[in-house]
This record gives sequence, C-alpha cells and structure tokens, in this order.
Amino acid sequence: MERQSPLFRLFLHVAALLLAAIILAPLLWLFVMSISPAADLAAKPLKWWPETMDFSRYATLLSTVENSAGAAFMASLRNSLMVASMATVAAVSLAVPAGWAVSRTPSVGWSLSLVIATYMLPPVALAVPLYMALANFGLLNSVFGLALVYLTILAPFTTWLMKSGFDGIPREIEQAAVIDGASLWQTLRIITLPLALPVVATSALFAFLLGWDEFFYALLFTSDQRAKTLTVAIADLAGGRVSDYGLIATAGVLAALPPMLVGIVMQRALISGLTSGGVKG
Amino acid sequence: MSGTWITTRAWLLMLPLLIVMVAVIGWPLADTVHLSFTDAKLVGTSGSYVGFDNYVRLLSGNAFGRTLFTTTFFAVVVVTTEMLLGVLAALLLNQQFHGRTLLRALLILPWALPTVVNATLWRLIYNPEYGALNAALTQLGILSDYRSWLGEPGTALTALIVADCWKNFPLVALIALAALQAVPRDVVAASFVDGANAFSRFRFVTLPYLAGPLLVALVLRTIEAFKVFDIIWVMTRGGPANSTRTMSILVYQEAFSFQRAGSGASLALIVTLIITVLAVAYGTIVKKVAGSAA
Repeated sequence: MERQSPLFRLFLHVAALLLAAIILAPLLWLFVMSISPAADLAAKPLKWWPETMDFSRYATLLSTVENSAGAAFMASLRNSLMVASMATVAAVSLAVPAGWAVSRTPSVGWSLSLVIATYMLPPVALAVPLYMALANFGLLNSVFGLALVYLTILAPFTTWLMKSGFDGIPREIEQAAVIDGASLWQTLRIITLPLALPVVATSALFAFLLGWDEFFYALLFTSDQRAKTLTVAIADLAGGRVSDYGLIATAGVLAALPPMLVGIVMQRALISGLTSGGVKG
Repeated sequence: MSGTWITTRAWLLMLPLLIVMVAVIGWPLADTVHLSFTDAKLVGTSGSYVGFDNYVRLLSGNAFGRTLFTTTFFAVVVVTTEMLLGVLAALLLNQQFHGRTLLRALLILPWALPTVVNATLWRLIYNPEYGALNAALTQLGILSDYRSWLGEPGTALTALIVADCWKNFPLVALIALAALQAVPRDVVAASFVDGANAFSRFRFVTLPYLAGPLLVALVLRTIEAFKVFDIIWVMTRGGPANSTRTMSILVYQEAFSFQRAGSGASLALIVTLIITVLAVAYGTIVKKVAGSAA
C-alpha cells in the first residue's frame, strides 16, 4: 500500500474534523437550546453556551401532573411507544413466515416483488380511502387504527429484510435435519428460527424506528391525547405559539434519544441490514 | 415432497401477509382510482361519476405545473448533493486516520434523528429573530441584518434542501462505505503495481464496486424525495407563496384542507404514475449496470 504523505495526512484530518463538525453542530445546538435559560436564547448577540445549565424543561415534560405540558407530552410518548410496538410485532409476525416461504420457494417470489413495489406509492395515494375506512370502523384517533395503517409501511420492509436474512441461511442445514427425521415444523423451530434470530431482531428494530418516525398518517388520523404520537406533538409545538424555544428543543431531544441510542448500540446490525437490503435490491 | 405441495405451502405461509396487504394497500388504492373519477367530498357526499374531469382540470390548472417543477427541483438538487457528499464522506472514511471509527459512528446520528425532530431543529436554526444561523452569520460579519430564511420565497426552498441533505447524506455515505470496503485489497494492490494514478484507480477499480449499491441508493432516495411531505409540512407547510409546495403537500391541501376527496385522489394517482415511471426507468438502468458488472 501507498505510504501517506504528511500533507495528505493533514488533509485527511482536516476533512475529518470538518465532517464531524457538520454532523455534530446542529445536534449539539439542539441540546444547548434545551438547557439554556429562555433569556439566553432570546439574547442578542446570541449566547452559544448557557452560564447556568437549566434542566428544568426535562422535568416539565416528563411530569405527569394533569393538564400540564408534561401530561400531553407523556401521553404522546406513550402513544408512540404503543403504536410503534404493536405495528412492529404485527409486521414481524407477518414477515417471518412470508420471508421464509419466498426465500425457499422462488416461484412465489413475484408476489413479494409486488408487495415491495408498493414502496413507490406515496402515502397520499392511500390516505383518503384509509381515512374513510377508519372513520367507518370508529378507528380514527385510535392507536390500534394507526398501528394497522403503519403496516402499509412496515410489513413490506420487514418481509424484504427477512427474505434476505433467510437467503443467508443455507437450506442444506434444513435438508439435513429433515433427512435425520425432523418434521418441517421441528426443523424451523430448532434450526432455522434460532439462526434467523439476529435478522428478526434487526427487522424489528428497523420497523420500530420507522413507526417511531412516522408523521403523515399520524397527522391525518389522530386528533387528541388518546392517540396523538410524539411526531405530531412536536410538530404542534414547532408550529404553535410556544414562546420558549428551549421547550421545543427539549421535546426534540427526548424524541431523538431512543432511536439514537438504538442507532449507536446496534450500529453494526443496522448498517449490515441497510446495505444487504440496499445491495441485493 | 412434491413440487405442488411445496408451492401450496409457500402460498399458505404468505397468505396472512397478502391478506393484510390487500386490506391496507390494495383495496385503498383501488378505491383511490374509483374516487378519482368522482366529485366526492371527504365527508358527507360520496359523489357522482365525472369521468376524467378531475384529471383535465388539475393538469390544465397552473398549480400542477408549478408544483411539479418545485418537486422535481427539490428532488434533483437534494439527491445529487446527497450522492456527492455521501461518496466524498465514504472515500474519506475509507482512509486510515485517527478517530475513523468514532466518525463512522457519528454518521448514524442524523439518520437516526426522527424526520420531524430534524425539521423542528432546522426551523429553530432558521428562526428570523432568535435563530442560530442569523446569529452566527451576524457575529462572523457575513450578514448585517437578520433574515427570515423560511419566510422569503427566495431562500425557503434552499433552506429546506440544506436541512434534508444534512439528514440524508450520511445514509448514502454508509452505503458507499460498505461498498468500498468490499473492494478486494489485492485488486487495489495490483492497480498500484500496474502504475495506475489516483483518478484511474477510482474510475476503473473502485467505481465498478460502488456503482451498483449507489444506483440502488439513488433510486430509493429519488422516490423518497418525490414523495416528500414531513420535513416541508413542519418547516413551511408549502409556503411562503407556495414556493416550497411539493406534490404531496398539494394532494394534502386538495383532499384534506379543501376536502375535495375526488380531485385529491386524481392528483395522488398522477404523482404515483410519475414515481412509477421514474422507478421503472431507473430499474432498467440498474439491471444494465448489474449485468455489465457481472
């Protein structure tokens, strides 16, 4: 390999610092806003770091006192957790058998291609009938109704990931177990599913993050604390007449923490999931 | 085991997924097609058949052309910038230097940040009275007066594009980096022995490995950019003076703000058709590249 010249090494480090600054600056500023006293945020010239750190907004939002800003925030947090979890469990339950079937029986693969092609559909192409149907079944403004709608996004995606996951498990292992006298069900339970567990976990994580991130359907189909999700609550704050920008920033930090922690801890699994899906197409 | 039984078994295992997909995607899509030929309102009247009236009216109105242009402009600029920045970042991260692992870990953060939080964050940064961008540019002496970045038609779309690129270029970088690391070391070594310069090494050794994954990323990002709704809704709601109104925002306004379900459905289908044509065109290119690389 080529030796790096000193000039090239300097260039690499400067470029790396620049990239780190581009990524970190907006994120750090979100955090600084959340701990700066309101007066600092309205000061001219703007104070880039507070003299005294003020964590009181976190206490405000995480409180459960009735009719407070905290109660509304906590309700939306709970709704987001419920909708994303229910949709994830449902999507993975549908994806595991379907993904295995397509992986082992290529002749039915065209139906999965059709399911994946729905990714091209903009949500607005389904929104009106879904709205009318949810209204008919009394599922508007309900976490169940929203979780059901989220399957339009989560189910095709998880099936795709599960299919490429099962592709990576040699079918010879399954055949060997069948020759040894195991029934198909035993083979799947004892051999295939344990091997596929990491892919199931990755798919579930992706599905959960997608559900946590979703905004469009939640905006349309929820209207109050019974079902409003975190993304809608934050958009309300950002678009409303809240005078304390620090409070908006705090809500943003709290909503961003779970997916960011998952992202950092599960980095390897997420990247391999992203790229295996992306590369194989 | 006979072949027919294996096929039947596969269909049985797929059945739950297929039933759910028909219920939440297939049927609503069919109903959207039906609605697009009616003058149905969102609430109340189910409307009557009007033929292609909705389509004719929408396609001849001036909102459609302008919105299509805005959407195309947004998609082209955003996707091009993200591809360039993503590949540059990946080439950097493929080199040896201190802190490389940490920097790679940082790339996951903008990707993990929820879209709505990203939009809110940038809305605060662009704030006309207290925003960090105004403060930074003024303190550096670049700007003399605070500006309303999202409030002026001349800057709002650019401001949105910056916010979207910041969130999405790291994903392209991660995909490109994974592809770069798949380039066999002996091939790179051989190109050194053969005396290839940096440019021809990139063009003939690295690029063939990058092309496939990058094209897939390009397809996915283009489709997403054409469908864009969340970031625009939170930051500008399509304003000021409709300068940031994209197709999805226009459909939302038509179907939900004005409650014209019929013409909203027609518009949604036109958007779907455009995306499908794009995707099929791209798909053909991807197949060609994959074929020539093999």
